[in-house]
Amino acid sequence: MMTKRELQRRFMAHLDPILLLSISLLMLLSLVLLYSASDSNWMRVLGQFVNILVAFAAMWIVANMPLHYLMRSAVPIYILGMVLLVGVALFGDISHGARRWLNIGVATIQPSELMKIAVPLMMAWYFEKHEATLTLKNYFVAALLLLLPVALIARQPDLGTSVLIGASGFYVLFLAGLSWRIMLGMAVIAAASAPFLWSMLHDYQRHRILMLLDPSQDALGKGYHTIQGMIAVGSGGILGKGYLNGTQTHLDFLPERTTDFIFAVWSEEFGFLGNFILLGLYIFVIGRGFVITANASTYFTRLMAGSITLTFFTYAFVNMGMVSGILPVVGVPLPLVSYGGTSMLTLLLGFGMLMSVHSHKQLVKT
Amino acid sequence: MKRHVELKNHQREIYYFRFRLMLSLSFVLVMLLILLARFIYLQVIKHDYFQTLAESNRIAVVPVVPNRGLILDRNGVVLARNYSGYTLEIASRKVADLEATINELSTLVDIQPKDRKRFKKLLAESRNFDTLPIRNRLSDEEVARFAAQRYRFPGVEIKARLFREYPYGQGTSHLIGYIGRINEKDVDQLEQEDIASNYLGSDYIGKTGLEQSYEKELHGTTGFDQVEVDAGGRAVRALSRIAPKSGNTLMLTLDAKLQEVAEQAFGNYRGALVAIDPSNGDILAFVSKPGYDPNLFIDGIDTENWEALNNSPDVPLNNRALRGQYPPGSTIKPFMALAGLNYNERAPSYTISDPGYYTLPGNRHQYRDWKQGGHGRVDMFKSIVISCDTYYYGLATELGIDKIHEYLTEFGFGRKTGVDMEGEVSGLIPSQEWKMKRYKQPWYAGDTVSVGIGQGYNLVTPLQLASATATLANDGIAFKPHFVKQIQRSNANAPDIAPQPVFDLHIKPENIDLVKRAMEAVTQPGGTAAGASARASYRMAGKTGTAQVVGMKQGEKYDASKISEYNRDHAWFIAFAPADKPRIALAVLAENGGHGGSTAAPIARKVLDYYLLGIIPKPLETAADKEGVEND
Repeated sequence: MMTKRELQRRFMAHLDPILLLSISLLMLLSLVLLYSASDSNWMRVLGQFVNILVAFAAMWIVANMPLHYLMRSAVPIYILGMVLLVGVALFGDISHGARRWLNIGVATIQPSELMKIAVPLMMAWYFEKHEATLTLKNYFVAALLLLLPVALIARQPDLGTSVLIGASGFYVLFLAGLSWRIMLGMAVIAAASAPFLWSMLHDYQRHRILMLLDPSQDALGKGYHTIQGMIAVGSGGILGKGYLNGTQTHLDFLPERTTDFIFAVWSEEFGFLGNFILLGLYIFVIGRGFVITANASTYFTRLMAGSITLTFFTYAFVNMGMVSGILPVVGVPLPLVSYGGTSMLTLLLGFGMLMSVHSHKQLVKT
Repeated sequence: MKRHVELKNHQREIYYFRFRLMLSLSFVLVMLLILLARFIYLQVIKHDYFQTLAESNRIAVVPVVPNRGLILDRNGVVLARNYSGYTLEIASRKVADLEATINELSTLVDIQPKDRKRFKKLLAESRNFDTLPIRNRLSDEEVARFAAQRYRFPGVEIKARLFREYPYGQGTSHLIGYIGRINEKDVDQLEQEDIASNYLGSDYIGKTGLEQSYEKELHGTTGFDQVEVDAGGRAVRALSRIAPKSGNTLMLTLDAKLQEVAEQAFGNYRGALVAIDPSNGDILAFVSKPGYDPNLFIDGIDTENWEALNNSPDVPLNNRALRGQYPPGSTIKPFMALAGLNYNERAPSYTISDPGYYTLPGNRHQYRDWKQGGHGRVDMFKSIVISCDTYYYGLATELGIDKIHEYLTEFGFGRKTGVDMEGEVSGLIPSQEWKMKRYKQPWYAGDTVSVGIGQGYNLVTPLQLASATATLANDGIAFKPHFVKQIQRSNANAPDIAPQPVFDLHIKPENIDLVKRAMEAVTQPGGTAAGASARASYRMAGKTGTAQVVGMKQGEKYDASKISEYNRDHAWFIAFAPADKPRIALAVLAENGGHGGSTAAPIARKVLDYYLLGIIPKPLETAADKEGVEND
């Protein structure tokens, strides 16, 4: 019989305590903040708590999974994701003018969420497989593995998710050693094709970008989100208006304040000091991710861990950037804080992988 | 060797990887610093700016509509008042399916088809999607029922409001007028006058009558509540308040009871009556028959009632007393007599021999007297008492149109009296110039003849004629007729508005005395209004008149029974009493009433009896009951 202590040790064995502590703090912050953002709606808080529990369980499972399981699952998960994405493009449900959801009988799922994990996993697996003989062709194939799902998701249209997945894939390419010359060439091509891309964008996406340049042009229409977000952040001042005292929040001026704009609630009620603390927590998570990445033992795990860490940073940066008005409003939640089960699950799956990378390397060592 | 190279490669790979990782970390840190800089910019440097924006976001200034001023008669009887009640209102822009919402509401609250029609009409006319009432005057039970189900109806709310009510209804409709919902035209007007801000939150504005003319006094000053609102504009809590100032109470010169007596005295006749205190211009009664129920208009009249009023041959919406223009008929004769005396064209003793008609020199056309065969020898006194047409044909011809125009205009005809009600018309006293302008024709001698007996081109309003009668009764000193005696701002003891003398004709005492005595004789046996004036215990002076509606050919005889009702002559009567010291002067018009003495004079008698003696006539004894005794 195992003692209680032993049970505890076994349970915690693969969970990285530093990462666990920092993400737990962020999730606690999420619950506290949701209570305010939802106007004291306990159901919202409880719902998020359930999201956290489910995602936590998934993280625990992944963290305890040996690395070769992860490697073996890369291809099937990627193929499944692609099939679902094609399915969405052909048979998806339309909501809010976009085709993002697939009804599979028992539930509707959003395959693009799955791809957030599947794409870097697949690319890392591909690089690991060709590690010994990496040539330009391999980078090209890897880029193709990335661009196919990104294009499909951008077509839905879901600009936010496609940019984020694009970024996570790019991080793999970058960490895998893509040559500077090619990156420079790609940047030039991207700049040259910008007018073409602009013409490919949907009207509402163009609006969002235009409004970023001057949100006051359409203060009650497209610029409303940005302006109200900036007002919330700015009026928070140094110390904030105090918990539950944000006027932008509680008088209904902030849109989507439990999800994409929850950062505005935090900023308004806890001010610059609060933002500083929040950035600190994120740096803590990201820093730990970097440490794990740097110490990862295989090519696959290094690329995987690096991409997960950088993607996590990207989420946080894009969300805070859009709420504070330096990035266009794209539908990106604040990682670990915004209300939502899917994003919580995806994120914790990622952290589960990070932990697995770290703990299984240690186990190998000893 | 190979193994060595591989190891080296592996080391280098790790080295490169870590280098790129360090670059990534630097990138992350730089980006986070950018964010931090952004926070400092927004939250520290621009904090005041955003703080102001957030404040104005949440603080809304909500207008508080003032209570509208009351309207009282001279004795304090309420003619227009407010009462509080509940309305069910719909903010149409917040409701997706209006029809469905109204159907749902009708299960809770009684909503008639006419309510729906009225709502649609309001919706079509409303400015920028206001909140509009679907039902007024909800019962307590209906309020409770809706309140319980309120969550089902976003955009629908119950509002406690003050409603306007006119207790005298039809009787004072043309006098008080009514208020109605503010429409686009009103908004333009308010903006032009730069008082639109005082109407923020106001739904109503005076549309006609005194409600319109005294809008600025009655409306009051809008107050403002500063409230904290949410993004949907719902008030969350009040912060501060500037109290509204209620509108001023108008105390009228009108005597409500006299008004009622006058109104009833008309019986079924259409027409108008204006009674004025000659000593100061106070309007004591102001009747235009038929009236309408002003209460119908307040929240937008429904289509059926509107069409009934608008299409009625009796034109109830026409304010006859203020805006009706009729030939004065023989009521002009006392004024013509004064003109003759004034210009020394006639001495009181000058006598004509009346053959029953008048001819212009060198013309065979006969201008007939109303009495076939004529009145025999007629001097000025008798010409008024028996209303001799021939006398005035001659007088008018000899005076000439220029002098007639001059004198009658001085007396107040052909121009607005300046009464304190909007929409007054000026009537018409023709002149050579006018005819040239209007008809591009010179003035003919024949035109002057009929002017002498108040036919032809000249037109007067009942108000004008009453005002002129008051001036005559007051020996030529005219006061501006007015409705409002006091504007009670804060206390009920406001000073009376001083009467405004407008002109003095400086009539020679012997001249005015002659005309007044003759007018008194009109009401005595032998006069044209003897019947209606019989057994009066006060001295009454008057003059009958008949205004032709359709002209008659030479040799044709007027026969009321052969003419359709609406083409019959209008009956006039002007009067003042007591004759020696007039306290009241009036003009009565009974449309298509035939002869002044038989239909108009009895109405005047009842009004005078009540005003001077306090006699309340039996309700059913109307002028129409005793028709056709005297002649004009």
